[in-house]
Amino acid sequence: MKTDIILSGVGGQGILSIATIIGEAATRMGLNLKQAEVHGMSQRGGDVQSNLRLSDAPIASDLIALGNADLILSLEPMEALRYLPYLSKEGWIITSSAPFVNIPNYPDVDALLAELDAQPHVVALDVEQLAKEHQMPKSANVILLGAAAAFLKVLDAPTLRESVARIFAVKGEAVVSLNQQAFDLGYDYVKQLHAQCL
Amino acid sequence: MENKTIHLLLGDQAIALGALHAGISGVYAYPGTPSTEITEFIQASPLARERGLHSSWCTNEKTAMEAALGVSYVGKRALVCMKHVGMNVCADAFVNAGMTGVNGGIVVVAADDPSMHSSQNEQDSRFYGKFAMVPILEPSSQQEAYDMMDFAYDLSETVGLPVLLRITTRMAHSRANVAVKETAAPVACTGKASVPTDWVLLPGNARRRYLKVIEAQTDLLERAEHSPFNRFTFPTDGKAAKGIVACGIGYNYVMENYPDGCPFPLVKVAQYPLPTEALTRLANACEELWVVEEGQPFVEEQLKGILPSTYTVKGRLSGDLPRTGELTPDTVRKALGLPCEEVFATAQHVVPRPPALCNGCGHRDVYDALNRVIAGYPDAKVFGDIGCYTLGALPPFRALNSCVDMGASITMAKGAADAGCFPSIAVIGDSTFTHSGMTGLLDAVNDRANITVIISDNLTTAMTGGQDSAGTNKFEAICLGLGVEPEHVRVVVPLPKNMEEITRILREEIDYNGVSVIIPRRECMQTLNRKLKQKRAAKK
Repeated sequence: MKTDIILSGVGGQGILSIATIIGEAATRMGLNLKQAEVHGMSQRGGDVQSNLRLSDAPIASDLIALGNADLILSLEPMEALRYLPYLSKEGWIITSSAPFVNIPNYPDVDALLAELDAQPHVVALDVEQLAKEHQMPKSANVILLGAAAAFLKVLDAPTLRESVARIFAVKGEAVVSLNQQAFDLGYDYVKQLHAQCL
Repeated sequence: MENKTIHLLLGDQAIALGALHAGISGVYAYPGTPSTEITEFIQASPLARERGLHSSWCTNEKTAMEAALGVSYVGKRALVCMKHVGMNVCADAFVNAGMTGVNGGIVVVAADDPSMHSSQNEQDSRFYGKFAMVPILEPSSQQEAYDMMDFAYDLSETVGLPVLLRITTRMAHSRANVAVKETAAPVACTGKASVPTDWVLLPGNARRRYLKVIEAQTDLLERAEHSPFNRFTFPTDGKAAKGIVACGIGYNYVMENYPDGCPFPLVKVAQYPLPTEALTRLANACEELWVVEEGQPFVEEQLKGILPSTYTVKGRLSGDLPRTGELTPDTVRKALGLPCEEVFATAQHVVPRPPALCNGCGHRDVYDALNRVIAGYPDAKVFGDIGCYTLGALPPFRALNSCVDMGASITMAKGAADAGCFPSIAVIGDSTFTHSGMTGLLDAVNDRANITVIISDNLTTAMTGGQDSAGTNKFEAICLGLGVEPEHVRVVVPLPKNMEEITRILREEIDYNGVSVIIPRRECMQTLNRKLKQKRAAKK
């Protein structure tokens, strides 16, 4: 069994920290993993993506083929749509619904969100707003990870939740607890809204 | 020693750890995407610290390569790392290291950037390896990259030549599980004295050395034919419709498309010179050959010289694979004639999101000031350079007329001024200036060229993530030492509140007929924020 994930967002939003948590969980479970990252110029506010591949069998390519991603996990709605041709027909988009507008020609937001909504399998949630409401402003990406947890197939939610703790352990108990709350927040949100799909 | 512990490593980190475990005495490098993380891994390594290994950044790739030669001369092992265009900068040292040969092993890592994610060209470093007539290794996985390092140092010392390890962005910046040794080899030393007549490349010695290097080629070829990293798979007995030559990570894209095993005869090439005997055998067993290689058609071109002209070789040169850009599982799939998945159409409401200078970045204020001033000089030309500030070429600034190679801003401005251009302005960063700008400035001073040089100093090598910059705190002294007149070395603080002062100074120095240097100096926002974060963490 395999799970191919496209992580996307804008340089500086923290998609690589999501990848780090998933990577820790996958390694602990003895899964094979390949994760192609973007370093360098694009990290200066440009579009960034990471191809994260998990499998119990050996993985050949570092890159995911078109139409093969099981998940697009995005911290920004336009960046979620950018990789649509990579998504498998049964694949899910789990994305933040909050536009990050740092270019003058950003598309019409209503039209963009409507196009996103028209996709067959989408979970869009405003993780920035949720993070603010729950006094965890730095944990928007962990909320998104929680929302994605139910879709990861090769990894279960408790394993990922433990990896959140392991990754944040160096920052102390309070930070660990806050991020596990963030994870639960995303996970529960999806469970309530999309119980019928899962 | 068995590989036992599993680490999740970038290709770059696997190379670094492999080199540490092979007993290097130091790494010599200038930062450059996608090679930077090799040196950074060694800088952060407790083992490197404990052993006191050299890992601080060099001024440029040439000084790095030459220092490594010094390490080798005294019998120790050195690692040299750079991005592909760094090979151009150190080419003199690299090619002549093939002539002197090595005592302690040298591995030169060249990280190519097909698709130009963070570069200005797609040059393929394998050509440099062939040009210098040294062995080339090209790993296809992070595990292979780690395993190759020990092998590479042994090979380098056995054949007495530097070894080129060629990787591409996708190998450098992709993470995978790597099984590594539990203990590192001790710091290696050959215990042999170098022979000065091999290293003094006066014509008499050089002619003798050149014959030696040419003689060594038979041995290098023999080693490639039997390399543990070159794999030969002949699944069928009869003549196959096609055979595949898969180089480096090209192998992965082939195997991704044949999950149950490749049905065609295949040679995986990971060590060069090209194993011609194996490839001729492959050609004889197949109707035609397909070459799947990342970068330029290095192998495809050579095969056309080895095989009869009537034999069909397909690849990037023939146009059967895209001539430019990095390979993907999809481009390889299409070329191999396999059916493609039906996919979602491209979304309608998506526009490009190019990178931009950070909010609050000092380069922004420099370009703001420059644009205000040159609005009054319709003939002004602004020659740019390589770094974050190259983004000043994009909207909203559109401030640059050129960006070619490290240091070219100053020398191009000088050439343009020589040819009558006024005002002729260079914009260069602090790290790029010490890398390759200083010699050009000396030319300008010696010719009393009428140019204005802006050294936009953010106290770091910012583009690659904030590495130390060789000239920090030395720029005024360097400019004065090169002969720029003291009253025309001006330092400003690039902040919106200083706009009036900066524009006035820019105008004064543009109007001065001679070489002026303006140094806008303010710390990079990225390194500043990182330091503030660390401070806050320390307080807690």
